Amino acid sequence: MTTAETHKSSGMTKDLIVWVCILALAGIQFLIAYQDISASQMFVRMLSVAIIEAGLALLFFMDLSENRGLKWFFIIFIVFVLLAMQYGWTDSFRLTDGVPWAK
Amino acid sequence: MSQADLSIHGQVSRTGATEIMTAPTFSVPAKKMAMWLFIIADTATFAGCLFAYGFTRNATPNWPRPFHSITNVAVMTVILLTSSLTMLFAVRHAAMGDKAKAFRWTMITAACGIMFAVLHLKEWMGLITEGATLFHNPWGTPLFSSMFFSITGLHLLHVTGGVIALIAVGLRYQGGRYNADDIEITGLYWHFVDLVWMFVVPLVYLLNLSH
Repeated sequence: MTTAETHKSSGMTKDLIVWVCILALAGIQFLIAYQDISASQMFVRMLSVAIIEAGLALLFFMDLSENRGLKWFFIIFIVFVLLAMQYGWTDSFRLTDGVPWAK
Repeated sequence: MSQADLSIHGQVSRTGATEIMTAPTFSVPAKKMAMWLFIIADTATFAGCLFAYGFTRNATPNWPRPFHSITNVAVMTVILLTSSLTMLFAVRHAAMGDKAKAFRWTMITAACGIMFAVLHLKEWMGLITEGATLFHNPWGTPLFSSMFFSITGLHLLHVTGGVIALIAVGLRYQGGRYNADDIEITGLYWHFVDLVWMFVVPLVYLLNLSH
């Protein structure tokens, strides 16, 4: 086996391992869906698993791990955008808890 | 200065004129960088949609949970995740210069995308048969249907666009008009479509599963 073929083989083995991990994590999400827990707990657990899945896909499928500059550019931008959106939650809770017709 | 001197990451100046080419941003070729910027912008789009869905769901009492079975969505998830792997194989073979295998894996990925889209439409038809439309559903607030069809529709639109892109780029790659970089860039888009699904499934389907 040539060096190039060895490199290709090891690269595809890594891809397969990451794919299996992502599939397993997706399976965990489906298991969480059948747990007898509150919706908020379910949301946190599922979102945590989804973030790990997305991280694996970004780092290994999209090769972000190989480019440090681009990785941090992406992470900083996305985290900023996601955090900036969170201010709206307070209003959604006001709609259910703070208005006169709320329970 | 020769054409080879002007080449940076596979991009060659077509003018042939002597010019100084600056290093690309983050050492990423311009085409790939453009795709990354699109992905970043599209991430914000989907994040906005999912946030709007979360807001609406949280602010609406008695949010419906109409999904009885997750078999179809589970199969769709496996197909889409597997298509990411087949896309990776296409990219790896293209990088190695194995054109035939790269083309074959690209077409397999496109086939997976078509299967996903067909199952998605089947899922939609099931809901439509039960009386759910964009502005109405039989389980309570019409906001559920609006959100469901909008978010999954936007994702399906991305999958459809991705399938068309995969077939077009694959054929042009096989014909020699496109190179391995183009397969890689299309692969980036396809992985992004897969990545979005990882968030759509738990938030839109699994959290609305009836127990």
